[in-house]
Amino acid sequence: MSADAPIAPTAPTMPASSTADQGHPGALETALRGRRDAGHKLLIPYVTGGMDDQWLLTVEALAGAGADAIEVGIPFSDPMIDGPVIQDASLRALERGTTPQGILADLSRIDVGVPLVVMTYYNLIERAGHTRIAGAMAECGVAGAIIPDLPLEELGPWAEAADHAGVATVLLVAPSTPEERIRAICARSRGFVYAVGRMGVTGEQATLAASARQVAGRVIGATDLPVCVGIGVSDPEQAVEVCGVADGVVVGSALVRRLLEGGGPDGAAAFVSSLRHALDAL
Amino acid sequence: MTDEIMGDPGPSGRFGQYGGRFVPESLVPACMELEEAFRAAWTDKAFRAELDEILQRYGGRPTPVAECVRLSEELGVRVLLKREDLAHTGSHKINNVIGQGLLARRMGKHRLIAETGAGQHGVATATAAALFGMECVVYMGEVDTHRQELNVFRMELLGAEVRPVSSGSRTLKDAVNEALREWVATVDTTHYCLGSVMGPHPYPWMVREFQRVIGDEARPQCREMLDGADPDVVVACAGGGSNAAGIFAGFADSTDSALVAVEAAGGASMTTGMPGVLHGMRSALMQNEEGQILEAESISAGLDYPGIGPEHAYLGELGRARYVSAGDTEVLEAFQRLARTEGIIPALESAHAIAWVIAAAGTGELPVGSTVLVNLSGRGDKDVAQVRDILKGGA
Repeated sequence: MSADAPIAPTAPTMPASSTADQGHPGALETALRGRRDAGHKLLIPYVTGGMDDQWLLTVEALAGAGADAIEVGIPFSDPMIDGPVIQDASLRALERGTTPQGILADLSRIDVGVPLVVMTYYNLIERAGHTRIAGAMAECGVAGAIIPDLPLEELGPWAEAADHAGVATVLLVAPSTPEERIRAICARSRGFVYAVGRMGVTGEQATLAASARQVAGRVIGATDLPVCVGIGVSDPEQAVEVCGVADGVVVGSALVRRLLEGGGPDGAAAFVSSLRHALDAL
Repeated sequence: MTDEIMGDPGPSGRFGQYGGRFVPESLVPACMELEEAFRAAWTDKAFRAELDEILQRYGGRPTPVAECVRLSEELGVRVLLKREDLAHTGSHKINNVIGQGLLARRMGKHRLIAETGAGQHGVATATAAALFGMECVVYMGEVDTHRQELNVFRMELLGAEVRPVSSGSRTLKDAVNEALREWVATVDTTHYCLGSVMGPHPYPWMVREFQRVIGDEARPQCREMLDGADPDVVVACAGGGSNAAGIFAGFADSTDSALVAVEAAGGASMTTGMPGVLHGMRSALMQNEEGQILEAESISAGLDYPGIGPEHAYLGELGRARYVSAGDTEVLEAFQRLARTEGIIPALESAHAIAWVIAAAGTGELPVGSTVLVNLSGRGDKDVAQVRDILKGGA
C-alpha cells in the first residue's frame, strides 16, 4: 500500500461544537439567516457539476431565477445516497472527465451573488487531503460543503480543516435520527441544517412523505440555524407543503432530470422560478 | 480497541486507521442498533448454543480438514484443506447468514436483503431466509447474473427475489451500492445481511466473528494431524475477505503460522490500492488519483471487488498477514489440477488459494516439507459451465 496517502488520523470521539466561530457565522449562515429573518422561504437548487457543457451557465441561471444558495455536486463513482437521476448525471460528468479540482476552478470564474455549497462523497475529500481541498474550496468562493457519508462520529479531521478555511460543513438529520442526536448534529452543523425528508435515496416522489414535515419540525425545535428539507421534494406544491414547517427546501433530482432531458439553463431557470413564486406566495 | 489481534474493535469499529462507519445519517441509528444487538447476542449463551446447534444439524459443521495426498506428493509440500465446500449450500457463507438470520429474528426484522457476487452469499442468504421464514431480496450485478445463471435460479427456487443491478460496472461493487440504497428505504423492517467482513461497523467485526468458527475448528484439527504442531502457512482467497478472516481468526493470535490471503490479480486492492472510504468503511481501495473507485476485473465473480475488509488492511499494515494475488490463467490451471489430483472441484474463488500454493511450491517460497493449510471456501459446481465455456472456447 502506498505510504504517502494523505490520511489524517481520525478521532472516533464525538466532535464538540466549536465555540470559536459561534461569534462569526460564515457567509452561508449569514446569507440564509438574513433571507429567513426577512420573511423569505429559502430555495436551494442542486446541479451536478460537469454534467453537461452548460452546467456553469445553469448555475448562473439558477441564481437569476431566485435561488438563495446553490448546491453543486462533485460527482463520485459510487454515489451511495443518490437515486437513478443523480447517478446518471454523475456518470455523465465523470465520462466528460470532470474532476473535483476542475469544478472548483470553474466555480471560481463566476460570481452569482448567492452562496455556493458543494456536495460530494468523503473519499474525494480524503484523497485530495482535508486541508488542501478545504483551502481550495474557500479560494474558489465555495461557502459550504455537504458530505452525506461523513456522519458526526467520523467528522473530526474534515470539520477542523473546513472550520479553519471558513467553509461551513452542513450536517444532515434523518427521520431515523433520535432526539439527543439531533441536538448534537445541530450543534455541530454550520450554515444550515439539512433535514432529510424521507428514508431513501435522492429522487422525485409523487407526494411529499409525511416524514418530511415531521423531521423538519423536530429539527426546527432543536436549533436556531435555518432548516432546509431535501430528498423527496419534487415540485412547487411539495415545496410549499414542507415550508409550512421548514425554513426552506433543497431541490435536486427534479431539476437534474429536466437538465438530463435537455432543458438547459433556461429550462432549469423556469423550473426554479416556479418554485420561487410558489414559496413567495406563502 | 484491545491489543489482541483480531479482537473487539470497540465502539468506533476501528482496526488501526481502518474501519469506521462512513454511512449516511439515515443509516447511523440502524448500524448502532445492530452493534448493540450483536454485542448482546454474542455474549448470550442461549444465542450461541442455538447458533451452534443449527450450524451442526443444518449446516453440516464441523467441516473436516483433509490431507491432499496426491497434490502434496507432486508439490513436495504437505497440503491440508479445510473443507468449507462441504458445508450446506456449498461454501463458508452459511456460517455468516445463519448468524445474521438469528440476529435479525432477535431484532424483530422479518426481511433480509443481500448483495452477491458469485451468488454464494445470495444463495446462503436465500437459504437462511427460507429456514427462518423471512422475505429475501438479493442484489446481483447484471454481469454476474449472466455468468452465474444457475445460482440465480437456485435463489429463486429458495423463494428469494433476485434484482439485477445495471449501474456502474454491474458487478459486486454496484450490488453493494444498490443494497445499501435499498436498506436506507426499508431499514424499519429489513436487515441488511452483508456477506463479507466489509461495510460499516459492526459488519467487519460481526461477520468475522460469525466466520471464526472456521479457524476455531481448524486449529485443533490441524494439531491432531500434525502431532500438536500448527501449519507453517494458512492461506485463503480474499475478495471482501470473509473466509480469510474466519480462518485467520483461529491462528492470528494463538499460533506462529504465516497467514497469506490471495486476491484476484484484477481486484488486488492490497497490492495496487490505497487507503480510502467506500461502502461505509475506510480500507484499501483500487482508486484513481482523484479518489474515483476503479472497476475490478476477475474471472471469479466473488473476488471481483475493488476493496477488501478493513481488518485485512490492518493485518497487512501490521505485517501479521501477507496479501498476494493470482491471475486468471493460473487460477484456471489450479481449478483443474485440484479436480484431477484430489477429486475436488473448487470454487474459482478458492482456486486462487490453490494457485498460490502451486506457485509458491514451485519457487521454493513454500519450502519442501513445509505444511500449508488452505481454506477451501467453496465448491466449484457453480463455476463448471463458465469454465467449460472458457476452456472449450464457448459452447
